[in-house]
Amino acid sequence: MIDPSDHLFRREAGRMVATLTRIFGVHNLALAEDVVQDAFCRALEVWKFRGVPENPSAWLMATAKNRALDVLRRERTARTFAPELGQLLDSEWTVAPVVEELFGANAIKDDQLRMMFSCCHPRLPEEAQVALVLHILCGFSVNEIANAFVSRDAAIEKRISRAKKVLAGSKRLFDLAGADDFSGRLPAVHRALYLLFNEGYHGASPESAVRAELCQEAMRLTALLIEHPLAATPATHALAALMCLHAARLPGRVDASGSLISLFDQDRSRWDSRLVAEGQRFLDLSATGPELTQYHVEAAIAWVHATADRTEDTDWGKIVSLYNTLVTIRPSPVVALNRAIAIAQHEGPKRGLEEIRAIAGRDRLATYPFFHAALGEFEFHSGRYEIAREHFRAALAFARNPMERQFLEQRMGACEDAAPQRTAVARRQEAPVRRVVRHKGRGPG
Amino acid sequence: MSQFVYLYRGAERGRSPEKMQEMMQKWMAWMKQLTDQGHIKDMGQPLEHTGKLVKGKQKTVTDGPFAETKDIIGGYTLIEARDLDQAVELSKGCPIFEVEGAVEVRPVMKMNM
Repeated sequence: MIDPSDHLFRREAGRMVATLTRIFGVHNLALAEDVVQDAFCRALEVWKFRGVPENPSAWLMATAKNRALDVLRRERTARTFAPELGQLLDSEWTVAPVVEELFGANAIKDDQLRMMFSCCHPRLPEEAQVALVLHILCGFSVNEIANAFVSRDAAIEKRISRAKKVLAGSKRLFDLAGADDFSGRLPAVHRALYLLFNEGYHGASPESAVRAELCQEAMRLTALLIEHPLAATPATHALAALMCLHAARLPGRVDASGSLISLFDQDRSRWDSRLVAEGQRFLDLSATGPELTQYHVEAAIAWVHATADRTEDTDWGKIVSLYNTLVTIRPSPVVALNRAIAIAQHEGPKRGLEEIRAIAGRDRLATYPFFHAALGEFEFHSGRYEIAREHFRAALAFARNPMERQFLEQRMGACEDAAPQRTAVARRQEAPVRRVVRHKGRGPG
Repeated sequence: MSQFVYLYRGAERGRSPEKMQEMMQKWMAWMKQLTDQGHIKDMGQPLEHTGKLVKGKQKTVTDGPFAETKDIIGGYTLIEARDLDQAVELSKGCPIFEVEGAVEVRPVMKMNM
């Protein structure tokens, strides 16, 4: 029996499509997807009578391989296959051994990498790259991606079919052997995996299981990069460190009732110490060259949080200085906001408010709930509970999922409870009393 | 106890890997339940969707498929049940109905007159 938490079919779908596309050529992506579908149908039909084979992955791969040979032999004259493989697929002398070799374990790893780089095509917008990676390499259906991104099926469908057209039109899969192209494309791959991870970590899907899966997929694909000599750069290690150090905190982020818990209130004993150690190891490996990327800095920030035993032990001075670096490497209003929050922790809410007022492009944060929430926290800690409450109310209007909504409602409740008695009583008559949680600064971590 | 054959009709396509895996797990759970309750005489076999049709006095041989996709028999199982009603009742747990497939329940003809 397969463990239901093991997404075997989904993972194998990515491996099979990558390898079959390598054989059939990128223009035959749809054919590769058909063959994968066939392999799953066959597995379903056979396994339900005879049980799951001892090595289900190998069974699926062997089925896909046999099917691929059938297709190659039958459609040899009607179709052209991978131009990279030239005549090798045309001759009965070579076709079987070549296909056998292409289904070897190392070849399959390279195929996934090749597909990952191909999906991050410069002609595709970033969100299309991420959707394509999820669809092709992670085996997510259109509907599953739409759920994860809280988007409409039709919108994702359109995004993916357009992206596939660009991919198929690129004629060839990305060439892993071209060193210049490789290092040129690598940052786009990093970025797509980073966005995929963030979608899981901070994204809009209300289901934490869906989100944890996105984080896991991003980590699985990053691990593939690390195994490849050309892809295992300091930036790749920094990205892996960043993912591990954030993922370590996932078990503490949500309480038993499914509500978000602020970084400051999390039970740190629930953080995954194995992932912290793993993150630390990657962070050490990332410090081997002159290059300093946003991933290095973000990983270092996550490391400071992950290694503070208690909230009070957090080295805020260090975090502020890391944010100072980050705003120069990757200036954005969100980074500036996080910097302001760190400064508030270090030097008090008044300084936080000053920093927020100084953010360039602050109006771009107007629909970001944690911008208003940060203002709320600063006002709250300055003792201006009424104003704080209005900020949380503003944040609530932009909450992206029930977890954020509940979190912000709790903060509004805390403002009412902290406000002078008379107002609090009046407020309580409007809304049910909420559980008061102690909070400091910053949104959920 | 009497014997019955379940003929599974309808093939599924166009579903995501995750859904296919879920479906497989449901099938295995259903088969296990029937086994645990002692209703399985023979788990049966899956059948290929293609083959040959040999027909008529001329024994003309033609290629399959022989039916519309929704009517293709994908496999069979030999069941033991009290009577046809129970066999029908037991078949209702089959996950095939979720994908608009069908189970044909046929009593095995008894030899005693």
